[in-house]
Amino acid sequence: MTARILGRILWAAVLGGTLLLAARMALAGAAILGMLLFLCMGLAAWVYTSQRTRASRYLLPGLATFAVFVVMPLVYTVYIAFTNYSGEHLLSEARVRAWFAQDVYAPDDTRYNFRLHPSDVPGFFQVAIALRQGEMGRNLLISRPFTIEEAAAGQPIILGLNIVSPTAPALGIRDIIEARAWLNPARFTPPGSTIPLRLVSLRALGFRLPLWNPDGDNLVNAVTGQILVPDYRRGNFVDHETGEPVGPGWRVWIGAANFRLLFADPAIRAPFLQIFAWNVAFALLSVTLTFAIGVLLASLLQWKALRGRALYRTLLILPYAIPAFIPILVFRGLFNEGYGEINLVLSSLFGIAPRWFTDPWLARAMILIVNTWLGYPYMMIISSGMLQAVPDELYEATAIDGAGPWTNFTRVTLPRIFPPLFPLLIASFAFNFNNFSLIYLLTGGKPDIVGAATVAGTTDLLVSYTFRMAFQDSAARFGFASAVATLLFIVVALLAWQQLRLSTPQAAPAPKGVRRG
Amino acid sequence: MVEGRGHRGRLVLAHAVLVGFIALVMIPLFMVVSISFRKGNFAIGGILPTPETFSLEHWRMVLGLPVSQPDGTWLEPSVSVLRWFWNSVTIAATSAFLVLLLSSTCAYAFARMRFRGRETILGGLLILQMFPMVLAIIAIYSILEAVGRWVPAIGLDTHPGLILAYLGGIATHIWMIKGYFDSLPVSLEESASIDGATPWQTFRLIMLPTSLPIFAIMFILAFIGLIGEYPLASVILQRTDQWTLAVGANSFLYEQNYLWGDFAATAVLSGLPITLLFLACQRLLVSGLTSGGVKE
Repeated sequence: MTARILGRILWAAVLGGTLLLAARMALAGAAILGMLLFLCMGLAAWVYTSQRTRASRYLLPGLATFAVFVVMPLVYTVYIAFTNYSGEHLLSEARVRAWFAQDVYAPDDTRYNFRLHPSDVPGFFQVAIALRQGEMGRNLLISRPFTIEEAAAGQPIILGLNIVSPTAPALGIRDIIEARAWLNPARFTPPGSTIPLRLVSLRALGFRLPLWNPDGDNLVNAVTGQILVPDYRRGNFVDHETGEPVGPGWRVWIGAANFRLLFADPAIRAPFLQIFAWNVAFALLSVTLTFAIGVLLASLLQWKALRGRALYRTLLILPYAIPAFIPILVFRGLFNEGYGEINLVLSSLFGIAPRWFTDPWLARAMILIVNTWLGYPYMMIISSGMLQAVPDELYEATAIDGAGPWTNFTRVTLPRIFPPLFPLLIASFAFNFNNFSLIYLLTGGKPDIVGAATVAGTTDLLVSYTFRMAFQDSAARFGFASAVATLLFIVVALLAWQQLRLSTPQAAPAPKGVRRG
Repeated sequence: MVEGRGHRGRLVLAHAVLVGFIALVMIPLFMVVSISFRKGNFAIGGILPTPETFSLEHWRMVLGLPVSQPDGTWLEPSVSVLRWFWNSVTIAATSAFLVLLLSSTCAYAFARMRFRGRETILGGLLILQMFPMVLAIIAIYSILEAVGRWVPAIGLDTHPGLILAYLGGIATHIWMIKGYFDSLPVSLEESASIDGATPWQTFRLIMLPTSLPIFAIMFILAFIGLIGEYPLASVILQRTDQWTLAVGANSFLYEQNYLWGDFAATAVLSGLPITLLFLACQRLLVSGLTSGGVKE
């Protein structure tokens, strides 16, 4: 009974809270967002009260979370792939126009020194300006009293000769520095002038005019007369004569241009293909190596005559038990070229110091060593589960034929365990195909490919290549990176679909860490 | 007799292979433990700590105790590894619990109810989950930024925000739990529903209690998977005291500020409890990994 009442109260709190939030959003100007939230809440309320929604009650929380944090990001990423979103095209068109509107020029360089006084009325301020340059005692223009809010909003503040001057002393430079935030937008209109005065330094006001005047969609430079025309296909203002882009660009839909770039520009295509080849090789080799070692160890541990199997098994599982980021970083330190322990041992024993992080092939070898260390226990675990299902009679039958252990393994064991393990191997391939943490934490994709137009490393996988292109390249190519991500998703989705088709109705468990990729 | 000797020889060989392999695998672990007790951040006085180079300075640093400096002063550690550890544990545990909560109800609907689009949604979940989250970081970042504008408590640079982002990874769990529910006999539920139990009651009073062991396994697996998550945590958590271990540990190995010894102590301190937890549940987990797998 109390549980039901508590449940009701919880429901009321959730509904009330959402309603309040939706109202706040609507009042703050995000009407569409508020409306959406309201609709979602309505949907949830309907699902949990209607008699007709059976399964949806159980599905809604999980699927809604999935939709927000998996499906929405995915759709957004695919959308970005078709835009020119990048460091040079970061803003919306309105923001770019606002950027141009901020550009000003000085029609004359007269500077009028000013003083800021607290007005006689509390909460108000007044500004006093010397009419002639440098003079600060006589011929004062004085503003009407104004509030901070008026100044910050840029409302015109009239200056006049016949306004009563404030009695309070002028504020010091420190107070002016503090007041800059609301003095900057303030506009003071001198008598007989249409151009307002504004703050040009901490001590002086001056005339400033917008440099770019809108003319329809175009912008006209007030000084040089240069005309900028918006190019909606490129997302830039361009000079109407030369066609050169001017200023920051905005985000526009550019169709498949990012995908075309991938195949058209040799400085992008070559590194991309190289990374793609290494990516496939890395995933294949990782699965092969870990599976080979794992299945051999599992077969050894299957041998009943072997004593101490439990201890061996525990010790062999150890690499799988440690959160992967720890051994990856440990290996990064141990392999360090200058002061890593591995090179210290190698140089004292053999007098060599391999350049693990600067030679591409050594770096790749190191990555495979580390990944095999990390991955073989999983393969050992899953294959020992399968081995137990192989009936002993099969071995007895081959023993009569005089088969040795190797023949047993290749003729009896492998054919029995390989088909059911195949979906798991595909899952492992897909996981390694996108093994971001390994590459990012171990080599960071380095050493870099020579002559590449974007960031691109010889040990980069497509995921780390994409990530670095968006977050480490100075050009911040979000659009192009998203195009690569979209291609990647298609590859992985095909793999997943294959796995789904091959696996039995029971779901295959994911290898370590596959949940987040 | 000949066969017996061959048998014995093979046994010795098997032991030798296993011992040799385990020794090879253990070297990095052994190294990192010894480095954590070695003075300074470089192997100046040999690789292993000797009585002269033995030092507890890295462990003092990691545990938040003042470290003595060469000039005789004591330096308070500026970063708190224990804090990161606590962050990691709470984030991973909360996320794992919520992931199970969300996925178990979904799995119940998929396993026991028939509705339109059931197969499509199930397949779609698995395929969409394959999209590497690293690549959606820009989108997740902007979603959390937008959320944080209205509800700052679950926005960027907060633990609830990160947990919320982790909750997206429920698809594989839905599949695993559904697989388990499928293997349970429906007779118990049928008799309960004849007695007048609602679907929710059969779920809460019959399905959940019988599935507790598999939930325990999945909780630990999800926990271990999430506690080492790096890319999302590194982008969403910005302030040092909000970091998780994975983000913090990486910061010790920046080229400009190479704190190898401090890192080693951090690695041992953080790796040990999780490793022990895993080994303690080893039998459970291994059976979960294999039995949840492919049954013919």
